Amino acid sequence: MARDPQAALVALNRFGLGARGGASGDFTSAASDPRGFVKSELGRASGALLEAPGLQSTQALAEAVFAYQDEVKRAREMAKSAAPAADAVGPQSSPTAASPQQRGLSLNKVANNIGNVAPETKPAEGNMSMAPEAAQSNAVMQPNAAKPVSQPQQPLNVIQKTYRAEALARLQRAVLADCGFTERLVAFWSNHFCISANKGELARIWAGAFEREAIRPHVFGRFADMVKAVEQHPAMLFFLDNQQSLGPDSRAGQNRKRGLNENLAREIMELHTLGVGGGYTQEDVTTLARIITGWTFAGRQGKLGAPGEFVFNANAHQPGPQTLLGKVYQDDGLAQGEAALADIARHPSTAKFIATKFVRHFIADDPPPALVARLETVFKRTDGDLKALTLALIDSDEAWSAPLTKMRNPYEFVVASGRLLARVPEDPGPYLGALNALGQPLWTPAGPNGFPDTNAAWAAPEGLKLRLDIAAQLGSKVGNTIDARELLELVAADAASGETRRTIERAESRQQALALLLMSPEFQRR
Amino acid sequence: MELIRTPLVTSRRQLLLAGASFAAWAYLPRFARAAEQRDPRLVVVILRGALDGLATVAPTGDPDYAGLHGAIALSADGPHPAVMLDSFFALHPSMPEFARMYQSKHATVVHAVATPYRDRSHFDGQDVLESGFAGPGRVQSGWLNRAVEALPRGERVASALAVGPTTPLVLRGAAPTVGWAPVTLPQADDDTAMRLVDLYTHRDPALASALSQGLQLEKVARGDDMKVKPGGNAATAMRQVARGAAKLMAADDGPRISALAFDGWDTHANEGGAVGRLAGLLSGLDGALAEFESGLGAHWRDTVVVVATEFGRTAKINGTEGTDHGTGTIALLAGGAVNGGRVIADWPSLKPTSLYQARDLAPTTDLRAVLKGVLADHLGIGERALATSVFPDSAVVKPMKGLVA
Repeated sequence: MARDPQAALVALNRFGLGARGGASGDFTSAASDPRGFVKSELGRASGALLEAPGLQSTQALAEAVFAYQDEVKRAREMAKSAAPAADAVGPQSSPTAASPQQRGLSLNKVANNIGNVAPETKPAEGNMSMAPEAAQSNAVMQPNAAKPVSQPQQPLNVIQKTYRAEALARLQRAVLADCGFTERLVAFWSNHFCISANKGELARIWAGAFEREAIRPHVFGRFADMVKAVEQHPAMLFFLDNQQSLGPDSRAGQNRKRGLNENLAREIMELHTLGVGGGYTQEDVTTLARIITGWTFAGRQGKLGAPGEFVFNANAHQPGPQTLLGKVYQDDGLAQGEAALADIARHPSTAKFIATKFVRHFIADDPPPALVARLETVFKRTDGDLKALTLALIDSDEAWSAPLTKMRNPYEFVVASGRLLARVPEDPGPYLGALNALGQPLWTPAGPNGFPDTNAAWAAPEGLKLRLDIAAQLGSKVGNTIDARELLELVAADAASGETRRTIERAESRQQALALLLMSPEFQRR
Repeated sequence: MELIRTPLVTSRRQLLLAGASFAAWAYLPRFARAAEQRDPRLVVVILRGALDGLATVAPTGDPDYAGLHGAIALSADGPHPAVMLDSFFALHPSMPEFARMYQSKHATVVHAVATPYRDRSHFDGQDVLESGFAGPGRVQSGWLNRAVEALPRGERVASALAVGPTTPLVLRGAAPTVGWAPVTLPQADDDTAMRLVDLYTHRDPALASALSQGLQLEKVARGDDMKVKPGGNAATAMRQVARGAAKLMAADDGPRISALAFDGWDTHANEGGAVGRLAGLLSGLDGALAEFESGLGAHWRDTVVVVATEFGRTAKINGTEGTDHGTGTIALLAGGAVNGGRVIADWPSLKPTSLYQARDLAPTTDLRAVLKGVLADHLGIGERALATSVFPDSAVVKPMKGLVA
């Protein structure tokens, strides 16, 4: 096949996570067979699965949280009995209780870790906002080449540790992936069906497991299966409060004088499937809420099942048939909701909503209507086969001819930087810090609609300036051993513009050259 | 992990600046002369981007200077008069501290100096300057690191440093180093931002507009914290890093031998003369020297600060009132241990026929001679080590005598 440098940029950036540094030869591979380069990751159905030593199941993690909470409670009670007046003693019960100052964003750390230069000590706690004199006085000098020495600080609890381990596994996968297309798909679907780790301790400890268990197995499978896995996952049930929703006429509802919570039902239709304007009414929302009452997870007592396991609680389920979107669903327990979800998942509105969002993510903020229509048709014809949908996108002409106008989102930016610098992350902290700073904290969107997916969000003035600051720090940390001119060949080769090439060549230092490369349109646009 | 947007915003108002770094040898040298109560300190300051030596120490006595440097040429009169160092050379008015040190014979200038590198790439030029090798591409270790390897090693330094930045090449190598940088949210420097805006303007107008706005927001946000002026950002960084470094080096168990790197000297456009962009940078450098003097206190009398850059800039200004990459430039020495009060120069003149390749100040002194002279007389490193391990294959370049008092 003829060499096509422009198509290589599309393959690497629009679909992938950017060229890897070192001797990967990614640009050359992508230029000689752009579509093949992207598709090569799709061969293995299990390619999206993520397993790593130490990553645990949702149930195991639930037990860990419950044990941790018990321990905190005991410690608090002991402290109380020892000093009745002071009830603030004891381990912090919230994983988010560590103050922002303690967490300490440090772009130095970001840059160091992404570049994986000599690991260094964490900045002294709180020094992020200190004057240098103050920062200097309470910190410890470290050899530049030494291993990190832990500062006296509160040890991470099991929730924080788990979140970081899950983040690290995801980051490592993303940095090492051949093309990164699969990881892009995972990130897309994970954001589509997002939860927020800020919801609480269970959400934080489950965030990674949710993605591994509900999203990854279905990235090349059926949309309806992903919907079912997501809506029955304890993390989603917890995030959108369905474990609290009781059928008003159910035994539990009658006993406890409580009733429906529509949160999950609404978001299923509005955000996960049909989309706003997808032809459902408020009555449909309420009906779906009734249908999925009883969808919950077993609590710490384990009365309904193993703690942290999805269970159908018939005692909480609203009895009787329900009419949803004009169709009657008989009350056959769990199957009532599963049947309703299956229908919603293959609804024409869903096909249109998903096709539009998919194309918007990969191609353009204003998705080409013809391409959306084609994907919509594929979705309907294949009954929501996500592999077919994905292939239809790659095989389209638009995907390869549309200009690269989208901005990499912060996750794509930091991962692409790590890939280009050819280093495997060993500590997720700096990446997480960068994502926080850039407004895309991992698994923690502000709402159930996930992170935005347009340039208006990611090419905004403040964010772009912050991106530059991070790029400059990366440049100053690792630039002195790196020739940005060589990296430009890996990133864009002859597809690089003359202006970018000259800007990098004329940079006043290696450090500046690397920062400019990371900020160049060739690196930022996809 | 936690949402930290709010503190982020506050901390940005207390910004700290990129473009300046500090690293030091992790050990105290054990000097044979310790009995003589001498405890020398050496600071090497690398100016990255190529300092315009003719604009910093101007040969106002050279009849061709004013014409070549045109609108940005310094002069001994006018509203911002340069400080005459002797009857021929004048110092930039933004460097009053250096002028004072010079008057008290604790500072000196070596002019028309250059490394052995003769092409004009920053990257390669910095490699040669910092590695100490005669040609580019040798980036495993720097001459200052190999110099300290030649010193008898004493106690390990113990001091309070927050975060070690990467070590500048000049001090990188087998000998262990420690480092420090002001810790807050570091900012990209103005020059990098300007270059990026320029690239975006040509290639990506939407990003150009967004970034320009972002930079503007930034300036407003920090407006009440510091006065923004050309070079002000970088100047503040230089001063701050020097202040911290001096404090560390003043301690009894603090580092004795260190390197700093200051970025931002690549003045292709609107370099400015007595005032302007370069003036702001020089003011920062001058401030940094003053910080070392005051911060080191009694140790200043045993201190030598060497300031060097990868190459000089064109003798004639270009079409954008700046200067392009050149060859000959200056090196500065300051400190109580410097035998100063003079400009050392085998002046080549700025006549058209004298210029290197008809454009640059011709180098007449090898920078390695200056560095060797300091290492030999200040730290007592032997000439053989200097000619082989510190500056490989440089036997023909003899250490300059008499730089240290």
